[in-house]
Formats: sequence, structure tokens, C-alpha cells
Amino acid sequence: MKNTTSYEYIKELLSKGSREDGRKSNDFRKYTIEKGTMPNAEGSATVNLGYTRVIAGVKVVLGSPMKDRPNEGNMAMSAELLPLASPDFETGPPSPEAIELARVVDRGIRAANIIDLPKLFIEEEKVWDVYTDLYVLNFDGNLFDACTLAATTAILSARMPKYENEQVIREGNLGKLPLTGNMVTSCTFGSVAGNMILDMNANEESFASARLTIANDENVVRAMQKGLEGSFTEKEVADMLEVTFEKSKELRKSINNSIGE
Amino acid sequence: MSSSQEKPQLIVDGKRLDGRAFEELRPISIKTNVIRNAAGSAYIEWGTNKILAAVYGPTEALPKHTADPERAVIKCRYMMAPFSSLEDHGRTGPNRRAIEISKVTKEVFENVVLLENFPGTEINIYVEVLQSDGGTRAAGVTAAAVAMASSGIPMSDVPFGVSIGKIGDTLVVDLNKIEDNYSDADMPMVIGPKQGNLLLLQMDGNLTKEEVTSAISLAKKAGEVISKLQSDALKEPYLKTLEKYKNEAPSQQGNKE
Repeated sequence: MKNTTSYEYIKELLSKGSREDGRKSNDFRKYTIEKGTMPNAEGSATVNLGYTRVIAGVKVVLGSPMKDRPNEGNMAMSAELLPLASPDFETGPPSPEAIELARVVDRGIRAANIIDLPKLFIEEEKVWDVYTDLYVLNFDGNLFDACTLAATTAILSARMPKYENEQVIREGNLGKLPLTGNMVTSCTFGSVAGNMILDMNANEESFASARLTIANDENVVRAMQKGLEGSFTEKEVADMLEVTFEKSKELRKSINNSIGE
Repeated sequence: MSSSQEKPQLIVDGKRLDGRAFEELRPISIKTNVIRNAAGSAYIEWGTNKILAAVYGPTEALPKHTADPERAVIKCRYMMAPFSSLEDHGRTGPNRRAIEISKVTKEVFENVVLLENFPGTEINIYVEVLQSDGGTRAAGVTAAAVAMASSGIPMSDVPFGVSIGKIGDTLVVDLNKIEDNYSDADMPMVIGPKQGNLLLLQMDGNLTKEEVTSAISLAKKAGEVISKLQSDALKEPYLKTLEKYKNEAPSQQGNKE
């Protein structure tokens, strides 16, 4: 449902280089990242991005390796758009939106090799599986970037259970989940009335014709996903890449601050 | 479960493993208005349980065949996050346990919400357990009741939940996870404090007739504490406003008594 009054208002603001909440086109909303919010999980993080709030929870469990990769562990990502987070989210099996969200966040983290999967090998036919669940607790747009921040922080701060005498030990003196030292963040842009804007809130998203998520680390792009029916020009994509590499410095710093390293 | 392990001693020197007395609740804190998109919401920390509850509605009941022309229908979803327990990754989606808890929770609110005020509508209750340590259904109903009240939907009472257990021959209030795993009985209850009636009652293990009666009295006694916390949580946002106007009042003119 398009609220035309509001669309006209947003369009007019954007033509003057401004937005509803006073931000410039390439500003993130205020955000906070807190690790370890759900201590029963091996890793967890809560992210508030404007009024969007998500939790990532990491569980590390015994599993078996994939046939084509017998010597390494696995990672899996899923997302729940909880009906408690928005009147538009419904109870039931994951929607295509939830599946896209989980897969895009998964791709960035997987492509950046954040988890050292070969070190998750235990013995023949026995490896560790790392499950990351993304829980959306309140929806106000840009779940991609909020979830990538939460998932990355939860994984980077996760502890590692032990496997001793055929028993999984989850408490006591535990080490850290094996990591490679890499990190990934994402920036999601929308095209609203012909303007490229970063970090759309829910209202802006409802008027976006196209959306692009770019996940990157310090050096390279790790994952991208274009969404919605509109399109981007080559120049627009180049500009968004430029902004992403600039903005991601601050995002990585915030993650590092929150994990205290 | 941990049934393969040896049963730990749950009571040592008259105290429980976490140092509590037999009739002592875990620390509880409740906060309202935590989910901006919801009509009403509450976050409860009960021991190390962390639970979010939200209420949406009343809205048109959909699909239409679920509507009741005489009154509102309540729909409820209780779920545990797959990362909520210290053990393995939980299954995604509701299991049989979650569906049963959703049902008995729904029935609590069918009792206390003034359904006939909103014919043809549905009211949705969502209880999401983010971290669990035993007693989540009682804590969930306690939070959902605060969420419902904070939404402004009229209720005849604000119910609270608590579980009473038996360890050996001793009745104890508010079992945590490890006590629940090894206790001799567990009896979760939800009570409407005005009449003291039982709105939810489940039990498993072994209890004598006398113990059942005692357990109900213990639950009511614990409820005095829980109800106070619920009502404080509901008042809290208004206290701020009240404070603000108290401070502003003297500067206003023409405000003669």
C-alpha cells in the first residue's frame, strides 16, 4: 500500500538531499551492537539499527561432514521474521523474504571464510556444525545490514564446546570458535524516487523500486544481492561500491569495539 | 535430556542449588513497551529466562471462517528460539510441546480478556523465549498478561504464572531448569489474582492430595510478589510522564484551584 502523501514528502526531501529523520543519503541510522546477550548460546549479539532490532544466536553442535568436504565442518544460517516484530509478518513456514535474508547474510560470511571450517573436523564422519539463527524482534527496515552485523559479531565472539569421551561439554573453561581473522559487513542501498539512499527505514523501503546489498571485507566484495523490480545503472553500482568501502570501515570498527578486540 | 547422568543433590543445608530458600522466587524484572510495532509488549527476565511477549490487534479475524460474530478470538504462538537452551540447537518451528503451551496460554486469555467487546476480530499473542532456564510457560504468560494490559485491551484480571515443584518431600517455588530435570513433581499454574482462580494448571510427577493444595497456596503467595512486579511495570511509563508534568505544573498560569 503506497501512502502517496508520504511518498511525495519523501521525494521532495530527497530532492533537497534530506530524509524524514534528517539523515543524508549515505548515512546509517544510529546503531548499537551488543555481544553475548543470550549466554546459553555459544555466541550471540543484539543489534539495534534505528528501530530495527535483531538477535543472532550461534549454536555449535555435533554433525557429520558433507560428502564432498569430508574434512571440514559446516555452517548454516536461518532467519525468522517473527510475527511479534511487525503486523506484516505472519506465523508459518519461512517466507521467501526470510529465506533470501538468511541466504544473503550466509553468503557474505561464508565467502569471507570467517569461520575456519577445516578446524571444525573432529574425527572421521564427525565434525562441528555452526548454526546461526537470525531473530527479527522489531522491524523498521534494512534487515540485511542489521543481521550481517549481528551474525558477524555473534560468530566472532562465540565460544567452542569440547568433545571428550564421546560427550559434548558446553560449560566450564572453553576456547573460542576457530576463526580466520577475517570479518564481513554489508551496506544496503535503495532507489527511492531516483535517489540512491543507504540504510532505508521501513517507510522508505515501502517506496523503494530497487535494492542492492553489498557485503565486503577490507579488500574485496564478498557477496551482493539486488532485489525488487527496479534496476540500477552501471554508474549507480560503482557509486554504491565506493560508498560501501568507505562506510564499512566504521562498521568493522563498531564490531571490533563490541567484541572488545 | 540429562537422564544418563547421576541425579544431583538439589537441596544442600536447607538451601537450593542456586542458594534460594524453598519458597523464594528467582529475581524477576519486567519492562513494557519494548516492541514498537506491537499494540502492547513486555520483556521479562525471570532468573536467566529471557522472554519477549507482544500483542497485536484487535484486527479483523482472518481467514474469515475463524471469526466469531459474537466475540474476539485469541490466537497465540509460544516458541523457543533454537539458540535458547544451553543444549543442542533446537528445532526450527513449533514442536508438539510448543503447540500445547500455545493452546493453554490462549485459554488463559480467553478467560480474562473482555472478548465480547470486539466481535469478529482476532487478538494475537506472541511469546518468544530467547533464553530458557525452566518455567518458561509461567514466565511467558506473566509477560503476555503485561503486554495485553499495556495494549489497553480490557481485561477482567491480570493473571500471573508460577511453577511449584517437589524435591524429595519438599515443595519448592519456581523450579529452574536443573531442578525441573530432576524434581519429583512439577506443577505450573496461572492464577487470576482477583478471585484466586486457576486459569492454567498442569502437573507431572507425584504429589499427594495435601501437596496439591499446599502447592496452590504457595503459588498464590508467590503471586503477590509477581502481581506487584506486573503492576509496577505497567505503571512505570506513566510515572515518567507524571513526573514530567509535576515539574512543569508550577510554571503554568491560570491554574487556580
